[in-house]
Amino acid sequence: MDQNEKTKLSLDATLIRKSIVTSVYNAKSGHPGGSLSAADLLCYLYFKEMRIDPENPKDPQRDRFVLSKGHAAPALYAALAQRGYFTHEEASTLRQKDSIFQGHPDMKHIPGVDMSTGSLGQGISAGCGMALVGKEKNFRVYVLLGDGECEEGQVWEAAMFASHYKLSNLCAMVDLNGLQIDGATANVMNSAPLDQKFASFGWNVLTIDAHDFDSIEYGFQKARECKDAPTMLICKSVKGKGVSYMENKVNWHGSAPGKEQYEEAIAELDNLYKSYKGEIK
Amino acid sequence: MSENIATREAYGKALAELGGKNSDVVVLDADLAEATKTLYFKNAFPDRFFDCGIAEQNMISIAAGLAAAGKIPFASSFAMFAAGRAFEQVRNSVGYPHLNVKICATHAGITVGEDGATHQCLEDIALMRSIPGMTVINPSDAIQTRQAVFAAAEYDGPVYIRLGRLAVPVIYENGCSFKIGKGTVHKTGKNVAIISTGIMLSNALLAAAALSDCGIDASVIDMPTVKPLDTELVRSAAEQCGAIVTVEEHNVIGGLGGAVCEAVCGSCPVPVIRVGVMDTFGKSGKASELIDLFGLGVKDIVRAAKEGIDLKGRR
Repeated sequence: MDQNEKTKLSLDATLIRKSIVTSVYNAKSGHPGGSLSAADLLCYLYFKEMRIDPENPKDPQRDRFVLSKGHAAPALYAALAQRGYFTHEEASTLRQKDSIFQGHPDMKHIPGVDMSTGSLGQGISAGCGMALVGKEKNFRVYVLLGDGECEEGQVWEAAMFASHYKLSNLCAMVDLNGLQIDGATANVMNSAPLDQKFASFGWNVLTIDAHDFDSIEYGFQKARECKDAPTMLICKSVKGKGVSYMENKVNWHGSAPGKEQYEEAIAELDNLYKSYKGEIK
Repeated sequence: MSENIATREAYGKALAELGGKNSDVVVLDADLAEATKTLYFKNAFPDRFFDCGIAEQNMISIAAGLAAAGKIPFASSFAMFAAGRAFEQVRNSVGYPHLNVKICATHAGITVGEDGATHQCLEDIALMRSIPGMTVINPSDAIQTRQAVFAAAEYDGPVYIRLGRLAVPVIYENGCSFKIGKGTVHKTGKNVAIISTGIMLSNALLAAAALSDCGIDASVIDMPTVKPLDTELVRSAAEQCGAIVTVEEHNVIGGLGGAVCEAVCGSCPVPVIRVGVMDTFGKSGKASELIDLFGLGVKDIVRAAKEGIDLKGRR
């Protein structure tokens, strides 16, 4: 990918991060850590990878995205807003009584949301169901899992199913940020090595850097090339990525910043945005 | 009432017939195709049949994904696992987004017989009807089962169809009308109304005949749709007869009995005697033995009817 394209994606990703922080701050609750770790992946998916049209969000031929780690809803809403499905202002009504933007994704009311999720482990199965249809109708399905989520048994039921039915149009990702509510994933319930586990379930497995667009692009390219198995991208990420005081801190899994913290985060992201802007040719 | 046919058998045949008429219908099973009778569909349309292996939770969420992408999935397993084990998947993946998934669960109730309590689901109606927007159908015979399957395919939204293992009498005639949400009056009486769901209908009809011999004039209503309940019919039966007996092969808590009580208590409260499994687990035995053991026999319905009439007199 050329540098200019990469910088443009970085600009979009930075605005997605600002939107995440703003909506969680407004809501005074939500999950910023795992939303920020997924921001670059979602940015790439919605701007480069998926065949979608914000003007026609129900197109039966579109590629599908399932946020199996549904608590990262702020990231999904922010990415959809950045891509033009609705405005960031609308998305920033997250979790409020009169808003369509539920705490976890709601496909019935939010344009561009392909599956209602939130109860962990179920989105990957729904993605398998969609991929069965995609094989016939020629669309691809993308699913984002959390690494903590992989402790759910249903994930492995789905993993068996996807390889048994050779769902090569299914590309799943694990947002491997290493943290879950009760602490480090390695301490709470060590699910490592996820790459070997998915490989032993018959998946095409690649490990990528979740914050490097070249690496992300490489992963999705390899996924498209694989014709006989589903692909799992193990995406090494930093929880809270982009807001320094949130990075790698488990307490930002599910808590909102206060006013000063919010302003600090926005100032940091604004500076980042300016520096990317300066790079654009 | 000549030939006995299990509702699961009628389901399997109806599904294969439906498959020929609607190419959007796909079928999922969890390693029980021979028992749930989805085998007939599998043999006719192998490309539209997906065995999920012994993984019911995954199966229900996969059905949700298929429905989200435009298919009409019918997912089958035993009631214990489809409604019980996968309850939360049904609630969150299917119910909450109101997806067009048909969950057709066989081996409901104690008439499963010899397999015993672990496989005799007596809670599925209660579980399924507690989910907002879920339609719950419990057909009483083979003919009605076929109609329920076709009606479910026509209807856009989640449906739970409860089916049995045991071969039961065929009561309806081909071509009789069936509408989701509507009960059928088999006999109009004035002393007590017997409202039955599922395969208990034949016992309810026999009980009404026995009551008639003692000079008691009972209504008999078949209530295949437990949700949305035909509340109009329930209330008119309450007004007409002043006492109701509900009959179901399910726990007396949360099933048809509960639904009927909920329907009458706010508008036309009358005594409701619930015939069903009295908040206990089942056990191994022959289906016919278990029906008597757990108090679902003709004599139990007769006794409940008399109890209801007594209570009415004391008000």
